[in-house]
Amino acid sequence: MSSLERSDVARLAALARIDMTDEDLDRMSGQLSAIVDSVAKVAEVAGQDVPATSHPIPMANVHRPDEVRPSLTQEAALSSAPEAEEGRFRVPQILGEEA
Amino acid sequence: MTDWTRASAAQMVAALKSGEVTSVELTQAHLDRIAAVDGAVHAFLHINGEQALETARGVDEARAAGEELPELAGVPIAVKDILVTQGMPTTAGSKILEGWEPQYDATVTRKLREARMPILGKTNMDEFAMGSSTEHSGYGPTHNPWDLERIPGGSGGGSSASLAAWEAPLAIGSDTGGSIRQPASVTGTVGVKPTYGGVSRYGAIALASSLDQLGPCARTVEDAALLHEVMGGHDPMDATSLQEPVPSCVEAARQGREGDLTGVRVGVIKELSGEGYQAGVEQRFNEGLEKLKELGAEIVEVSCPSFEYALAAYYLILPSEASSNLAKFDSVRFGMRVEKGNVERTMAATRAEGFGDEVKRRIMLGTYALSAGFYDAYYGSAQKVRTLIQRDFEAAFEQADVLVSPTTPTTPFKLGERIDDPLAMYLNDVATIPANLAGIPGMSLPSGTAPEDGLPTGFQILAPAHEDARMYRIGAALEKKLAEEWGGPLASQAPELEVAK
Repeated sequence: MSSLERSDVARLAALARIDMTDEDLDRMSGQLSAIVDSVAKVAEVAGQDVPATSHPIPMANVHRPDEVRPSLTQEAALSSAPEAEEGRFRVPQILGEEA
Repeated sequence: MTDWTRASAAQMVAALKSGEVTSVELTQAHLDRIAAVDGAVHAFLHINGEQALETARGVDEARAAGEELPELAGVPIAVKDILVTQGMPTTAGSKILEGWEPQYDATVTRKLREARMPILGKTNMDEFAMGSSTEHSGYGPTHNPWDLERIPGGSGGGSSASLAAWEAPLAIGSDTGGSIRQPASVTGTVGVKPTYGGVSRYGAIALASSLDQLGPCARTVEDAALLHEVMGGHDPMDATSLQEPVPSCVEAARQGREGDLTGVRVGVIKELSGEGYQAGVEQRFNEGLEKLKELGAEIVEVSCPSFEYALAAYYLILPSEASSNLAKFDSVRFGMRVEKGNVERTMAATRAEGFGDEVKRRIMLGTYALSAGFYDAYYGSAQKVRTLIQRDFEAAFEQADVLVSPTTPTTPFKLGERIDDPLAMYLNDVATIPANLAGIPGMSLPSGTAPEDGLPTGFQILAPAHEDARMYRIGAALEKKLAEEWGGPLASQAPELEVAK
């Protein structure tokens, strides 16, 4: 497994929606490469015949009764929003480059 | 006059019942202690004095009126800032949540309120519980009361330091890879990670959902047991919550104090010793084993060969789950917003400003591990390693009733020493991570101080899933034996902090 290049880190930052300065990218690519190199050894031991575990205590079909319960009011749900309008979350423009 | 901050929670319960002290007196004593020392320790991000005293007054009035009260009613507690608390700010140590006040309580918060425990405040932590030192908190680090230049452990360093500084008798922690046990180890206190699902995660800000578990932090095993029974139990709001009764932790701890471990098989994990483990840490661990032998336990050696890969698997699984869990911090519904053109650029600008470096590293690592072309080699392989680790534990628990190791390889290091070296920081958790990967319960209790530096060392006890009570029995037996030698709890050996006027 090869180490992460600076361009890989820039692509990951874009995917993860985190702006990075050139200086951030320099620092992060060194650190992330070292981490990736050290964790890559998991592939050494995990053979085809070993099943994957995603959850430590096996459980299946967990249900609770489908009943109406009290929940947050619209006012409470919107109370922490950076911006709200007419009972909705307000966000900056979604389409196009110009705000 | 009695200094109530030095009492155990169990002693406080007895004194409240007998009328020797009121909850208002207990709560005020702790608030005064916080005012006196927290400038130097910085265990708290928010102090909840008024509400805590109001709860205390209610308990005192109810007791005077002869009402039936829950066991821990009136005993104050500190809460890690990972739990959402209505009417108190909740940040999880992150700037992205600065000033946020949740509109609901976590299940554990609700249980503390129902138990009528005054909540002293919210404790500091590494941002979103990512770290082993609190140096990744967005609000500055917590200092270890044993030596203010050293780390208090992490992520729950605020909770552990609040106990060691006598600012609270009990605290809540969360443990994803050791965030309860490692801070307990380096501050000379007790911390327990219950079996996965034993305590509801509803309202605990998620780091890695398949690893996270809330648990009790205390200065004695019995106190941890009392809190464990308040926190635990099935919750329909958490689909991974266990549908079984809370283990009888208090009874087990009291049984342990009787001091007979005849017939108990204690397995020493061969792989969690040797290279990287400080001499004084190993010395105190071995002395702990001798004490267990004196109590009648049989010591056997067990081998868990796949543990070699545990750290690597953990640092793939955790970032993968975290990168998904932290996607909700998108500047839309709550938390920080940094406006920058359209919504997508606003998100990226907000997350750049709101998240610290460690959180960014782990989100990007997770994004990478889950990306097309790498998924099988990284995330898929890590999940297979998880199976191998579970198999190692299963085999080891056939030879032993509990497994033991040092909790952390070294005593607390200096603040700043490992901050620029993420891999060195990750090694703190080498002995605690396997329990999270397998979902089994783990406890850390003090084993002494290392002769070379006089700083606390920890003894870890692991039990099979659902067998949390076993750790309490064996932990309480060992604790009693050690306390006889020390002439009291280890925390009493910590140097006195300077008190602010």
